[in-house]
Amino acid sequence: MQTALSIIIFDENRIRASIIEEGLREAGHDQVVVLNDIVGLARQIELIRPDVIVIDIETPNRDMLEHLFQLTRSVRKPIAMFVDSSDTSSIEAAVEAGVSAYVVDGLKKERVKPILDMAVSRFKAFSRLQQELADARSALEERKIIERAKGILMKSRKLSEDEAYGLLRQTAMNEKKKLADIAQSIVMAAAILGS
Amino acid sequence: MSFLGTDQADGSGLAAPAATGRGSARVVRAGFIPLVDASVLIAAAEFGFAAREGIQLDLVKDVSWANIRDRLAFRQFDVAHMLAPMTVASMLGLGSNPSPAITPFSLGRGGNAITLSVQLFRRMQSSAALTGNENALTNARALKLVIDEMRQRGEALPVLGMTYPFSSHNYELRYWLAAGGIHPDRDVKLVVVPPPMTSDALSAGAIDGFCVGAPWNMVAVSRGVGRIVAVKEDIWPSSPEKVMGMRPQWAEQHPETLARLIIALDRAAAWCDIHDNRRVLAEVLAEQRYLDAPAEIVHSVLLGKFVIDPDGTERTVPGYFSFHDDAANFPWTSQAQWIFSQMVRWGQVPYSRANAEKVRLAYRPDLYRNALAGSPSLPKVDMRIEGGSDDGFIDGAIFDAVKIPTYLAQFDIRSDASDAGKIEEI
Repeated sequence: MQTALSIIIFDENRIRASIIEEGLREAGHDQVVVLNDIVGLARQIELIRPDVIVIDIETPNRDMLEHLFQLTRSVRKPIAMFVDSSDTSSIEAAVEAGVSAYVVDGLKKERVKPILDMAVSRFKAFSRLQQELADARSALEERKIIERAKGILMKSRKLSEDEAYGLLRQTAMNEKKKLADIAQSIVMAAAILGS
Repeated sequence: MSFLGTDQADGSGLAAPAATGRGSARVVRAGFIPLVDASVLIAAAEFGFAAREGIQLDLVKDVSWANIRDRLAFRQFDVAHMLAPMTVASMLGLGSNPSPAITPFSLGRGGNAITLSVQLFRRMQSSAALTGNENALTNARALKLVIDEMRQRGEALPVLGMTYPFSSHNYELRYWLAAGGIHPDRDVKLVVVPPPMTSDALSAGAIDGFCVGAPWNMVAVSRGVGRIVAVKEDIWPSSPEKVMGMRPQWAEQHPETLARLIIALDRAAAWCDIHDNRRVLAEVLAEQRYLDAPAEIVHSVLLGKFVIDPDGTERTVPGYFSFHDDAANFPWTSQAQWIFSQMVRWGQVPYSRANAEKVRLAYRPDLYRNALAGSPSLPKVDMRIEGGSDDGFIDGAIFDAVKIPTYLAQFDIRSDASDAGKIEEI
């Protein structure tokens, strides 16, 4: 029976960190610690002596970790993920997803790979979620602006709601622009002209 | 070493890097960190120097030196803006990804400075009766007085930031401290702070000072939180800074592209050295995709015009940035050995002749000479005595690359691991 691997997830994004944590726990890893703040990270690493550290590639704090590893006189020397790997597709996938990791030197590749794969897929899922959320937000914003533009047209041109909408749509088609862009111009013009 | 697999993979039939020589322009992917000393690479890409040599230089911004190192090792970059000591560390197998990296081209000199918090500087002024016009060595000695005082009173010792364990900033900061009688591992605490965060960290009191590249020292001063106490020119004008690093295999497999790239960078560096070009250079550097910093500050920094304290005291350092003149791009092997000597001095690696030989391979003047053969400004030798009258170290030391143990024995302040007994010639 192999001893359980101890894993630290360092990510200033708390939601993403907890998504990875959940994934790792589901996969049977019960020694997972999530840290969101660089303050105290050094102490935690000393204390926990993790086998694997998963970090966000976008954090400039990676260089702080490098310094820490340099100071530690421990034999359990951490190495950057994939240092012993020629698996270019895994490397590309990790960088694209925004994951980096340190692994204790000598740890068997087959034990670490599923952890890294998990982190990569969860990072990806997270950015997909974020994109969806951003899309949903902008769709909502667009709807609001179109409603306001309709209101302005109804008032100033004495149109019904349907007529106002039809006018907006026709203008967008004529100008080869998005409905929301036309609506935005109307709202802005109304604000400037004070109508 | 068991984990040096990345570059071995280069020869095993995996996809070659982007620069294949097919079609019109050869694509070279270059990683960089947003700093003024990436100027030569940015100018080569932006002002046509790379294109003129048939190279499409694709610049990719990154956030950490560790990322730069890894992405170079994993062949996502062909070349990269690197700290000179990173190449030396890689050849010595230091750090968490010791895949080999070499440099045939330095990206210029200068750019670093040491900034202390305004409070700490005020305390130095009162303890050592500084007027504010003292030189860098006097400032270091004043800091020593304050540290002695702090110790007597049982106060917490200063925490100073630098950028990376294998960086010019680490060694310059240590050199300056030691010249003032301060032991960098006992009298202060050194931590890594990413350069863009330095003035925030200073104003929040998380650190009491730092040594980083431009424009971050000026940014801290302009925000009223820092006082510049030394610039690189004060510590050692020729101190190696950033280089263009690459995997040795990439250099071997793309000799033609490499030679053209060196020519392009040489021309770009000469252009960057002309002060009249520095306004347009500053404007490009200031853009969001590069430094994302105020163009005015970048321009002043490029001209070596400093406001050193929040009261507006000015100082001009004419050669603060030297991109080309005086063989600024030549990879002197004596400089690689100086970096090695600092690693030994501070206990990062033991001295041995075998290690000195590995270090020699990090700097590749042969590749520089090959590309720029016939150029009248080519140095005649690859190694020189460093320091001396017009290029002096702050403490007046002279560095002879073939006598590292003797050189180190003269310093009272150094790591225990570098004790004279352990660094004898072996």
